[in-house]
Amino acid sequence: MSFFKVENISISFGGVKALNEIAFEVNKGEIFSIIGPNGSGKTTLFNCISGIYKPTNGKILFNESNIMGKNPHNIAKLGIARTFQNIELFPYMNTMENLMIGRHIYMKTGIFRAAFMLGRKSFAAKEESFHREKVEEIMELLDLQSFRNRFVGGLPYGVQKRIELGRALALEPKILLLDEPCAGMTSDEKEDMIFLVQDILEILGVTILLIEHDMKVVMDISNRILAINFGSPIVIGKPQVVQNHPEVLKAYLGEE
Amino acid sequence: MFDFVQMLVSGIASGSAYALMGLAMVIIYKTSKIPNFAQGEMALAPSFFAYMLIDSYHLPFYIACILTFGFSVFLGCMIEIIVLRKAQKSNVLGMIIITIGLEMILLGFVSWKFGAEPKSMPFPISPYDSIPMKDLIKGTDLIIGTLELFTFTIALILMIIIFLFFKFTKFGIAMKATQQNQVIARAMGINTRRIQMMTWAISSFVGCIAGLLVSSITLHPYMMWDPMLKGFSAAVLGGMASLPGSIIGAYIIGILESLFGGYISIEFKSVVSLMIIVVVLCIKPSGLFARHYIKKV
Ligand SMILES: Nc1ncnc2c1ncn2[C@@H]1O[C@H](COP(=O)(O)OP(=O)(O)OP(=O)(O)O)[C@@H](O)[C@H]1O
Ligand SMILES: [Mg+2]
Repeated sequence: MSFFKVENISISFGGVKALNEIAFEVNKGEIFSIIGPNGSGKTTLFNCISGIYKPTNGKILFNESNIMGKNPHNIAKLGIARTFQNIELFPYMNTMENLMIGRHIYMKTGIFRAAFMLGRKSFAAKEESFHREKVEEIMELLDLQSFRNRFVGGLPYGVQKRIELGRALALEPKILLLDEPCAGMTSDEKEDMIFLVQDILEILGVTILLIEHDMKVVMDISNRILAINFGSPIVIGKPQVVQNHPEVLKAYLGEE
Repeated sequence: MFDFVQMLVSGIASGSAYALMGLAMVIIYKTSKIPNFAQGEMALAPSFFAYMLIDSYHLPFYIACILTFGFSVFLGCMIEIIVLRKAQKSNVLGMIIITIGLEMILLGFVSWKFGAEPKSMPFPISPYDSIPMKDLIKGTDLIIGTLELFTFTIALILMIIIFLFFKFTKFGIAMKATQQNQVIARAMGINTRRIQMMTWAISSFVGCIAGLLVSSITLHPYMMWDPMLKGFSAAVLGGMASLPGSIIGAYIIGILESLFGGYISIEFKSVVSLMIIVVVLCIKPSGLFARHYIKKV
């Protein structure tokens, strides 16, 4: 019984193979990383998993059922959430509202501020406060409380990255796809983010797929790593194995 | 003074119809980024549908109205599903052409089915009913048309409902998310396709109310051109993506137009809205109420 498995998926853009027969398996509760030079297809792989792109062949199995070809919103509902390489927040909403969007799939009535319209004891009011509490818990974990009512646009980069992470967590995912969560951060912020990722795994029990360029970070926190180059897999294995693999060294040195 | 207030009142009444048309356009524009030129005819068709129910099937007015609401929602959904969803890969210009095509089809259909000569909608309030307001302003006998008051009230109620809906319901918030970032909304579990469809349905419903209100005065295939043009002007004036902006824009146009007609020239009354647009766009190209968000690149 495998938890999450990708079977030989491929996708091309205008004749260029962005992914070529990628296959791997992820165990429940691990941090599985994907590395590769710029343009090697890492983000494309995430886009395929989350349903934004449709691979031309292969299978993506989550709890033994094929999710390939499903629409993004259905995949999110199944419990696969993600963050984006370039911060993608809802610019005209504050932090709280951004995180509340992550609760969308759990809302039944969804009549907000229901307490004020329908009375405190109504089902809608209880539901709303339940979701607000959930979001508060996440904000506490990510240390976002002080930004609760601030519009997200003007907040520092590192904070925006955490808000995006929080919004994905609000979906209560089983698998979390993190596309370069540390990109563009100062070394302090980076360190905080690494601890956060580990907390998410330990406290919330979320399995994590991680794309990260910082080799030190990747080698430190990953259980296993998949290296790809030009859309094709090079090697899958434990950090030490991948780190010393000749083709990985070549791909990275060749790039520089 | 008396004339002035009277003109103000009639400006507010026509502004209400423009506001609804403007709202209908903005609702679609915000989620689909399409200026929907079929909006007028999407309001026209339900009005004639109501007329048909009353005239040919002898249904009571209110029942016909309720069925018409259903028809307008259905029409909005169908247009979205059959035409626009399929065409989504085309660019904005293509989409605009599609809406113009739809407009002509609907207009042609209505003209063919009902003929071009004006009809009269058996509306419960006639344009000649009025409520005299004695001494509301000292020394004047202001006369407010019942229909004008009715139009304004209905528009106001509808605007409040729309506002509450967008602000406080699950669907309204999902719609806001979809407008701001569609890809991400989808990744958050929001069925953006359904949102798009419901957007068209709501917009069509709002337009239908405007159409019914206009049809109380005049009912013929070209009756929505003027309100549609003014509603579009109002939307542009308001920044095209702002609901309150389009409402304020609509009342500005309605009132100025009425005053212009009263004091300067009835013939050129309709030109006013376009003049206002030209002036505003020269001074503030993004419209009066556009929020600026500059994406970091
Ligand atoms: N929608 C698209 N249309 C055309 N080409 C695309 C599309 N998406 C990705 N590609 C191409 O696929 C290749 C892989 O891109 P991808 O973004 O997955 O790389 P990456 O490994 O994430 O790189 P980086 O480290 O820079 O983020 C690139 O050549 C890119 O141009
Ligand atoms: Mg990438």
